Amino acid sequence: MNKQHWKAFAAWVNGTAPERATAPLQELPAKRQKKHPPKTDEARRVRVFSRIYHMTSLVVCLSVVCVLLYTLFHLPLFGAEDNPAVNEVVERYVTQGLTETGAVNVVTGMILDYRAFDTFGESSVLFLAVSCVMMLLLKDQNNTSFADILQLQHERETEREISDPILQKVVSVVVPCILLFGIYVVLNGHLSPGGGFSGGAIMGAGLILYSAAYGMDAVSRFFTHKTFRTLTATALLCYALSKAYSFFTGANDLPSCIPLGIPGAILSSGLILVLNICVGLIVACTMYGFYVLFTKGEF
Amino acid sequence: MEFLEKMISLRFEIAAFLLFGIGFMHLLVEKNLIKKIIAFNVMDSSVFLFLASQGYIHGRTAPIITDGITDASLYINPVPAGLVLTGIVVSVSISAFFLALTQRFYHRYHTVNFDEIMILAKEKDVD
Amino acid sequence: MLPLYYNIPFLCIFLCMIGGIVMPLLKNGKCAVRCTETICFAVFALFTGLCLILSQRGESFAYKMGHFPAPWGNELFVGPLDALLCALFALVLGLSLLGGEVTMQADILPQKQNFYCTMMCMTLASLLALTTTNDMFTGYVFMEISTLAACAIVMARDTGEMVAATIRYLILSLLGSGLFLIGLAMLYCITGHLLMPQLLQRILLLSASDAYHIPLTVVCGLMTLGLGIKSSMFPFYAWLPPAHGGATTGASAVLSGLVLKGYIVFLIRIFYRVFSVSVVRNLHVTDILFVFGILGMILGSVMAIGEEHSKRMLAYSSVAQIGYIFMGLGLGTDAGVMAAFFQILAHAVTKPLLFLCVGRLSELRHHEKRFALLRGSAHEDQMAGIGFVVGGLSMVGIPLLTGFTAKLFLADAAMGGSVKMWTALLALALSSILNARYYIPAMFAIWAKPEAGQPDKHTKANRGFTVSAAVLTACVVLLGITAIPVVRIIQQELSML
Repeated sequence: MNKQHWKAFAAWVNGTAPERATAPLQELPAKRQKKHPPKTDEARRVRVFSRIYHMTSLVVCLSVVCVLLYTLFHLPLFGAEDNPAVNEVVERYVTQGLTETGAVNVVTGMILDYRAFDTFGESSVLFLAVSCVMMLLLKDQNNTSFADILQLQHERETEREISDPILQKVVSVVVPCILLFGIYVVLNGHLSPGGGFSGGAIMGAGLILYSAAYGMDAVSRFFTHKTFRTLTATALLCYALSKAYSFFTGANDLPSCIPLGIPGAILSSGLILVLNICVGLIVACTMYGFYVLFTKGEF
Repeated sequence: MEFLEKMISLRFEIAAFLLFGIGFMHLLVEKNLIKKIIAFNVMDSSVFLFLASQGYIHGRTAPIITDGITDASLYINPVPAGLVLTGIVVSVSISAFFLALTQRFYHRYHTVNFDEIMILAKEKDVD
Repeated sequence: MLPLYYNIPFLCIFLCMIGGIVMPLLKNGKCAVRCTETICFAVFALFTGLCLILSQRGESFAYKMGHFPAPWGNELFVGPLDALLCALFALVLGLSLLGGEVTMQADILPQKQNFYCTMMCMTLASLLALTTTNDMFTGYVFMEISTLAACAIVMARDTGEMVAATIRYLILSLLGSGLFLIGLAMLYCITGHLLMPQLLQRILLLSASDAYHIPLTVVCGLMTLGLGIKSSMFPFYAWLPPAHGGATTGASAVLSGLVLKGYIVFLIRIFYRVFSVSVVRNLHVTDILFVFGILGMILGSVMAIGEEHSKRMLAYSSVAQIGYIFMGLGLGTDAGVMAAFFQILAHAVTKPLLFLCVGRLSELRHHEKRFALLRGSAHEDQMAGIGFVVGGLSMVGIPLLTGFTAKLFLADAAMGGSVKMWTALLALALSSILNARYYIPAMFAIWAKPEAGQPDKHTKANRGFTVSAAVLTACVVLLGITAIPVVRIIQQELSML
C-alpha cells in the first residue's frame, strides 16, 4: 500500500502521473448549450429599461456617498475618549460584566446575556437561511433531471475510485487538530476571544475538509440528513428554552437557580457556556450543510 | 492643513463610506448575479468597518478583562463589536440564500445574467 | 412580581419561534399546517386578551428580556394598540394559511411544505417582534428575519418566474436594510444608545442644543428610506407586483396584508419613540412622505387599471393602499397617524380577503389567473364571489365597509392644513374613482353569467376557505361599522407613546 503511494507520489513529482481526476470527467454528458435570448420586443424593452435604470442608480449612489461623506465631518472624532458612544452603558458592561454575567470576555457577556434576544434572533436567521437553502437545493422532481442524477452517480463513482493519498494522510492528521481547536474555541468563548460562532465555523471547516478528502459517503456514514435536521433543531430549541427561562425569571424578578461560578474557570458564567455550545453546534452543522447542499443537493 | 489632518484621522470612516457607495452601486447595476452578491458583501462589510472604527478608542485594549482589572478607562467600547458579530452572521446567511437562488437559476437557464433571466423567465412560464 | 399578563408578548414571540424550529421535524406538510394554524390562533387569543386588559386599564408596559433594565438589556414595549395589531396579524396569518391551503398543496412540493410553515411561523414572530420591540438593533435583526422568511415564501412556489421575482425582491430588501443599518450605526455613534427611551432623551437634548443637526437629519432620512424601500413606498414599488402577484395564494395574502405593515409599524414607532414627532416634522421628513404617498395612491391605481392578471392587479392596488398609509403619516399630525393606523388595520383584513377569494376562484378554473378566464367563476363558489365584492367595495370606499371609514379618517385628518388639505382631498377622491375603475369591472367579470355548456366538475367544496373568507368578510364589515373602540385604542396608544 505504502509503496504504491510512494510510486504515485514520485510520478506526480516527475509529472508523469496519469491524469486520473480529469479523465472520467470527459465522459460526462456534454454540457447543454447556452441559449442566447431571442431578440424580441421583450428584450428591447428590458434593454431600454436597464439603460434608464443604470443612469438613475448612478445618480442615486453618487448622491448617497456625497451625503454620507458630508455627514462624516459632523460626526464625533475617531478614537476620542469623550465620544457620545462611551457612556454609562459601556461602563456598566465593562465594570460589572464580570460579576453580573461571569464572563471574562465582555463581548460574549454582552451578546449572550445583556443583549441575548438579538443573538437569539441572529441564530434564527442562520437557521432560516439553511432552511431556505434546503428548500431551494434539496433534490426534488422540480430541480433534478435524469441527466443530473446520472452525473451525480458518476461523480460519486469517480470519488470512490480516486483517493488522493497525500490529501488523505494530511487530513487524517490535521482534521482532529482542527476539530479539537474548534471545540476549544467554543468552550473558552466566555474566557478568551472566540465563542460559538467562530468555534462552530472552525469545526464546520474541519468537517468540510474531511469530506473533501474521503468523499461525502465517508461523512454521511455518521452525518445523515436526519442527524443534521435533529441536531440543528435540538441545539436551537435548547438555546430557545434556556433563554426563555432566563428571560422569564429576569423579567419577573424570580430567583434564577443557575450559579455563575468563579469567573475565569471553564465551568462558569452560568448559561453562557451552554449557549455557546448550542451556537457552536448550529454553526458547525449549518456550514457543513451549506457545503453539502451546494455541491450535491442531498446529504 | 486642518482639513487634511481631519481627513487622515477619519480615514477608516471615509474608506467605509466609499466602500458602501461601491457596494450599493454595484448591487444596483451589476448584471451578473455573483457580482451582485459580492457587492452586497462589500456593502455590509463597509458598515461593519464603520461600526468597528466607531468602537475604537486610542490607547485602549480589547474588552477582555485581564488580571481582574475592571476599569472602564482601559478597554474599548464592546457594543460595536457585538453588533458587528450579529451583522456578520446575518450577512453570511443572506449571502448563502442569495447564492442558492443563483445556483437554482443557473441550473434552470444556464446563465447568471439577470437581464437574460428576466426575459427567459417571462417567456417560459406565463400563468 | 409583575402581573402575569405582562408575559404574553414574550411568550407569543417564543411560541412562534419555537414553532418555526420544530416544523421541519414534523411528519408531513398537513400536520405542519395544522400546527402553524393552532399557534396563530393561540397567539390571537392571547393578544386579544392582552388588548382588552390594557385598553380597559389604559396602561402600557416595558418588559425586559433578561435580567437587565432599559439602557443595558433588550426590552419589549407594549401598549393596547400594539396588542391589537399583533392579535390581528396572528388572526389574518392563520386565516390566510387556512384559506390558501388547497392551493398551497397544489403549488408547493410535499417535502417542502414543512419549510413553508417554518417561514410562516418566523414571519409571524418577526411581525410580533417588530411591533413590540423597544430596541433598534433587535428591530434590525427581526427585519432581516422577516426579509428572509418573506423571500422564502415567495419562492416556495417553484417556477422560474418566481425565482426571478424573489431575486428582485431580495435585492431591493437588501438595499433597504443596508441603508437602515448604516443609519443605525450613525445613530449609535452620535447618541451611544440602542434602546428607544434613552435614544428619545438623547435626541431631544441634541435637537434642543442644535448639536449634530446634520447627522440627525441624515439618520432620519436613511432609516425612512430603508424602511420605505422595504414596505414598497411609491418610487420603490417595482419588486412588489411580480413577487406578490405570483406567490401562492396564502403567501400573497400574508405578504401584502401583513409583512409590509410590519415595517411601517416599526417606522411609526421609530418616529414616535425615537425621534419624536416634533423633530421629525422639523426635519421635513413627513413632507417627503406625504408627496410619495400621494404619488403612490394615484399611480398605483393607474397601473392596476391596465392589468389583466388578477393577482397582479391586487398587488398594484397594494401599492396604492400603502400610499394612503404614507399620506396619513405625511400629514405629520396625531390625527394623520391615527388615520394611518386605521388604514393599516383596514388593509390588513381587506387585502388578504381579496387575495384568498381570487385564489379560490382561480382554483376553480385550473389555477388560471387572468380575469378573462375567471368569467362567471363566482357562481361556482358563492362565498368567494361575495368576499371579493365586499373586499372590492371596501377598497373603493362604499360606506359601512372599513375602507370607507379609513378614507373618512384620512380626509378628516387632512382638514385644517391649507395646501396639504386640498391635495389630500383631491388625491383621495381621484384614487377612489380609479379604484372603482378596476374593482367594479372585476366584480362584473366574476359574476357574469356563465356560458352555457361549460363543464362544472370542479365544484369541490373547500371548507377551510369558506370559514376564513367568512371571518375576514365579517372583520371588514365590523371594522367599518364599529370603528369607535378601535379609534379609542389608537388614541390611547398615541397619547402613551
